[in-house]
Amino acid sequence: MEQLQKTPLYPIYKQYGARVVDFAGWALPIQYEGIIPEHHAVREAAGLFDVSHMGEVEIKGRDSLSFLDYILTNQVSRLKNGQIQYAIMANQDGGTLDDVLVYRFSEHHYWVIVNAANRVKDINWMKQQTDRFDVQVRDISDQIAQLALQGPKAAEILKAAAGEAAEDIRFLRFVESLPINSISCLVSRTGYTGEDGFELYVQWDDAVQLWDFLMETGRKFGLKPAGLGCRDTLRFEACLPLYGNELDEDITPLEAGLGWTVKLEKPNFIGKAALKQQLRLGIRRKLAGFEMLERGIPRSGYEVRTGDRQIGRVTTGYFAPTLGRNLGLALLDAEHAQTGNTIDIMIRGKAVKAVIVQMPFYTKKYKK
Amino acid sequence: MRIPDGLYFSREHEWVKVEGGLARVGITDYAQDELGDVVYVELPEPESAFQAGDTFGVVESVKAASDLYAPVSGKVVDVNGEVADDPGQINEDAYGSWLIVLEMSDSSELDELLSPADYEKWCAEEG
Repeated sequence: MEQLQKTPLYPIYKQYGARVVDFAGWALPIQYEGIIPEHHAVREAAGLFDVSHMGEVEIKGRDSLSFLDYILTNQVSRLKNGQIQYAIMANQDGGTLDDVLVYRFSEHHYWVIVNAANRVKDINWMKQQTDRFDVQVRDISDQIAQLALQGPKAAEILKAAAGEAAEDIRFLRFVESLPINSISCLVSRTGYTGEDGFELYVQWDDAVQLWDFLMETGRKFGLKPAGLGCRDTLRFEACLPLYGNELDEDITPLEAGLGWTVKLEKPNFIGKAALKQQLRLGIRRKLAGFEMLERGIPRSGYEVRTGDRQIGRVTTGYFAPTLGRNLGLALLDAEHAQTGNTIDIMIRGKAVKAVIVQMPFYTKKYKK
Repeated sequence: MRIPDGLYFSREHEWVKVEGGLARVGITDYAQDELGDVVYVELPEPESAFQAGDTFGVVESVKAASDLYAPVSGKVVDVNGEVADDPGQINEDAYGSWLIVLEMSDSSELDELLSPADYEKWCAEEG
């Protein structure tokens, strides 16, 4: 763990009994009490996650808006100040470089939240695209820590911690400076669990104090520290994609079921031609959800077959803690991806039957 | 971490309880703690035969699948279907949740296994 990067909360993991693992070069808690109890805590009360490894990129300058509309597939120009948008950063082939959140402070000032594993790649890519734009791209990840407060009790906890002002933050909106126990926080109503909740961005050095205060305030609401293990099972049940599993440079947002983030009516953006062509020729691979009909847990990388023919692979699979079923996501040849279709998952050399089901597995509980 | 007396231990974190010519096999408390919540167990058919070191089944936690290795050679004479139906038992009581019973073909293989004291050292080195 010595050589790994550490968030400002690293020193407090131990007191909560964390099991720390290497995640994209970061020493992060995979679990505290256990993945399943933490998963249930987030579904039924609330969980607090350290997600300070996430990257924050500041975009400033006169051409910020046209720059972002050029490098992202979604339409950033639809955002008003204080609003947030989910977007895909595609390459020329329409493949996914990263999936990001865009925060609009003003016409000339944005944050782009990127995946930790892609941070360096993303920054380099963004900087390479700035030629024709009056824009500054700055990596501020080392200054900004991030906590995610997620679950049906998150709003009550935030209100107890920050006062009435917390109630006014609506889904996919943020306030730039909400004082919590005199710590200035950027707070957005966002998350990656399928529950209502908030993400809190603070100065690196304030993170421990904010964590302690939220844990203390949240205790009587059932708030528990939650690790990356349950973050993954939670996002999986809600069918939120994970970069590296459901998305990568060879998977387009259209294939991943994220067509709603691709605004082909925009004048020009990176990947537009390729995505337009893919749509015209027909999307040949699709992300599908499936449920096991026979015993076995699907895992990322397992082959999917029909008869002797490979038709795709599993991108994520779990015993889903809230739903109590063995479920998976798979990238499949489109003709096999219809709901009700039966497929074989190759588990340790054996074909195990599964059926395509509707997504998401778990209905998101966002407070819109 | 519990390491009861009277059992043999494999380096792959299985325990063995010898009952005459039979070996009752499960995974250790250390193993269940390392795995976390066990959500799936796959066990062999009765009558199947294994050599020491063969994979005889799989135990899966939320995050990952881990192979189970036969600590001694033999034929499966009993399989714990209750644990297969409710794998969480392994987390609650690893030494009460046996997985299979092997009819040993060569009981001298037990000499290759670890005593409780040696197993404790083995775990300390791994940790």
